[in-house]
Amino acid sequence: MADATQTGIGPRPVDWTSEEIGARVRRRKASEMRLKMVGLAAIGFAFLMLAILMVSLIATGWQAMTQTHVRIDVTYDPALINEANPARSNFRQMLQNSLVAQVPGATAEDGRALLGILSNAAQFTMRDRLLADPSLVGRTVTLNVPASDPYDLLNKGLIDHETPEELRRVKDNEIAFFGALAAQGRVTKPLNTTLLTSADSRFPELAGLRGALTGSFYALLTCFLLSFPIGIGAAIYLEEFAPKNKASDFIEVNINNLAAVPSVVFGLLGLAVFLNWLGLPRSAPFVGGMVLALMTLPTIIIATRAALKAVPASIREAALGVGASRQQVVFHHVVPLAMPGILTGTIIGLAQALGQTAPLLLIGMNAFVTAAPATPFDPATALPTQIFIWADSPERGFVSRTSAAILVLLGFLVLMNGLAIFLRNKFERKW
Amino acid sequence: MFPQAADWVRSMTTFAFALLFLASVAGYLLNLRAARQLQGSGARLHSLAGFHGGFSFLVVLVPGFIVLILWLLLQGAVINALVLRSLPPGTTDGLDPGAVQLIVAEIRQIAGGRIFGTPEQWKIDAAARLTALRDTSATLMVVVVGVMSAVLLILSRMRVSPDFRARQGTEAIVNGLMIFCSTVAIFTTIGIIASLVVETWRFFGMVPWYDFLFGLRWEPQMPIRADQIAAVGAFGWVPVFVGTLVITVVAMTVAVPVGLFSAIYLNEFASPRFRAVAKPLLEILAGVPTVVYGFFAVLVIAPALRDFGVWSGLPIASNTALAAGSVTGVMLIPFISSFADDTLSAVPRALRDGALALGATRGETVITVLFPAAIPGIVGGILLAVSRAIGETMIVVMAAGLIAKLTINPLDSVTTVTVQIVTLLIGDTAFDSPKTLAAFALGLMLFVVTLGINVLALRIVRKYREIYD
Repeated sequence: MADATQTGIGPRPVDWTSEEIGARVRRRKASEMRLKMVGLAAIGFAFLMLAILMVSLIATGWQAMTQTHVRIDVTYDPALINEANPARSNFRQMLQNSLVAQVPGATAEDGRALLGILSNAAQFTMRDRLLADPSLVGRTVTLNVPASDPYDLLNKGLIDHETPEELRRVKDNEIAFFGALAAQGRVTKPLNTTLLTSADSRFPELAGLRGALTGSFYALLTCFLLSFPIGIGAAIYLEEFAPKNKASDFIEVNINNLAAVPSVVFGLLGLAVFLNWLGLPRSAPFVGGMVLALMTLPTIIIATRAALKAVPASIREAALGVGASRQQVVFHHVVPLAMPGILTGTIIGLAQALGQTAPLLLIGMNAFVTAAPATPFDPATALPTQIFIWADSPERGFVSRTSAAILVLLGFLVLMNGLAIFLRNKFERKW
Repeated sequence: MFPQAADWVRSMTTFAFALLFLASVAGYLLNLRAARQLQGSGARLHSLAGFHGGFSFLVVLVPGFIVLILWLLLQGAVINALVLRSLPPGTTDGLDPGAVQLIVAEIRQIAGGRIFGTPEQWKIDAAARLTALRDTSATLMVVVVGVMSAVLLILSRMRVSPDFRARQGTEAIVNGLMIFCSTVAIFTTIGIIASLVVETWRFFGMVPWYDFLFGLRWEPQMPIRADQIAAVGAFGWVPVFVGTLVITVVAMTVAVPVGLFSAIYLNEFASPRFRAVAKPLLEILAGVPTVVYGFFAVLVIAPALRDFGVWSGLPIASNTALAAGSVTGVMLIPFISSFADDTLSAVPRALRDGALALGATRGETVITVLFPAAIPGIVGGILLAVSRAIGETMIVVMAAGLIAKLTINPLDSVTTVTVQIVTLLIGDTAFDSPKTLAAFALGLMLFVVTLGINVLALRIVRKYREIYD
């Protein structure tokens, strides 16, 4: 070998220390570095987007965690009470008079402006108090009512005082009145429990997620009750019993294709088949749950089949060996062992279903409903459709409430996915 | 008087289900006890006692359940037909099906206790008849289920004997149930295709198909007389489809480079610890519901782009395709990156080792060896992502435009197929107007296009897998 180089046969010897080679190595290392940097930048971009998303949601959403309340003393003026029908008394005027009396420097002309400080709920609270206790007539009581949306924003410092007065939703004199109330210690900012305890409303300060949460619960319950047994049944049959033939192949292709059909097409299916052809009620969580079940089915089937596949053949053979029938093998031994995997897949499927919006919009679950549904057959919204409705509402108070609703939705998703991961880590066996 | 009637129907329905379930449990217990008694008297049973019980449980439950579901699904149509037939002669003569539907809807409203204005007396009478029919139907349902359960209970109880092959019977029923479960997927596909094709067919009865496929104008909201629609050609889907493509291209411009380069980094350069943190974090992006991305686009991205337009002097529309498209792209990053990551990992170890042994750097190995080998799989993954971008709904509904404009300028506002479907169908939908049916025609096109891309993508991916298997 040594003389081969001397006679000139074979490759020329390379001088690894030459300038040319050094430049080449530097170039290659630089391009290596560049690729690394571009890759890091790509991941960084994705994380940046995730961070901006979360920060913007939290930054706007935390404003909805509190709600400005105003404490006022109102007098049930006998002159304004409707004796025949107390529910129809002039509560607006009573509120107005009480406000004028309590805000220093306010005159009767400012009554309307002052009334605007309070939420529309104030008069209904007054009415309900009176109906519950008719002896209130002529007496003065203290009410703690939500402030209306513009004043809530003002109190949270979200209204820019630099904006010209005519472009501002609260005028200078109104800011002064509100300041006077605040100076008397009448303005508080307690935790916004309305957000979870009341249903939808046209007024941001009164709007809550109770209807949407109930609707989503009913829809997910329906979805679970339908897709879990059907999905497991289908997966067990296809994995354990189905003969290998054209029909089984066709079913499999079908399931895989269904998993990739756009969600809005499932909405069209629900609208045409469930609502139009079968005449099921519109906007009902039950119908929403049926559509979601059809969408979740492929996820559950695929996860269940993977879980069944992971159970080793020795288990089946042992059970068969001691005389179990094929169904006994599956139902007594394989399915219980596969259960953690099946449940994990189901929970992940349900979490996906919880976030689905478009199919629910098409079957009318964007209805404006001010009460939580009593049954799965009553009109309702769901959490994601409620987010869509609020995001579309022009009132500024809904911006923070939309973010808050999204945080609630994401909270549920984290909870469900966390449960799925916990189940997988705790119960999944490695064979 | 009417709302109570609804309560009656509701309680009867609940009662029917409860009755059926109790009868099934009773069947289980009866047969179980009978089989145990036989065993106790020294008989050798072919099947375990539990199978005798299970057989009776299923024999009572399954047929009753089928009858109940069919009854609930079909009673509405039957009752409607009966009510229509009982209307005073001549009321529905010469009316088109849409108008008849309206009358039925009004009668149902009245029966539900929601009376608007003062309806004619014959409508109130019809509503009363409707309520009466519903009550009768509910009562009849309970009676039928009750009788059926009783008969099946007795029949299955009579089958209990030492020779009866209860296990085979039970397993046959369970097998049948499982086969039914597997066919639900087929029924869903049939349901999708049937609903889309039928409604599209009706749509093409009002608007010629060539106007829909080749028309360059999409103005479905215009109040045009029914006989003018075809002539005006306001249902041309081309601008809507072009808008969808514009948004898809924007989305892929964001998602493909970011997704591929993060996959390359994660696959080749990242330390295991970095990978263990980065991958789940990336997956979070895929788990965020689309409605959240839509709000994000409206709240953050669109205003930022608008400000940028003002600052740079570019004519960026307020709901530019860039906003919806880029956010859709962000949503698809983890999809592409995990798909590319998997395909890169699937390239046989020998190829990688061979390249490294020849002195290639890691980067050169990826670019010149692994990447070309993985190209078919990656292309398949990108195609799947394209099909997702085309079918993506909430982001574009919230952040893209509503007006169909034939343009390929991403700074402009465009609309998409899914946006049009949702806006046409939100609110009240009458199934006899071309406006509603147009949404189904769009849905059919969407289904066909995404299905075509998916099938193509899966075929490419499968072929690629075959090379290395």
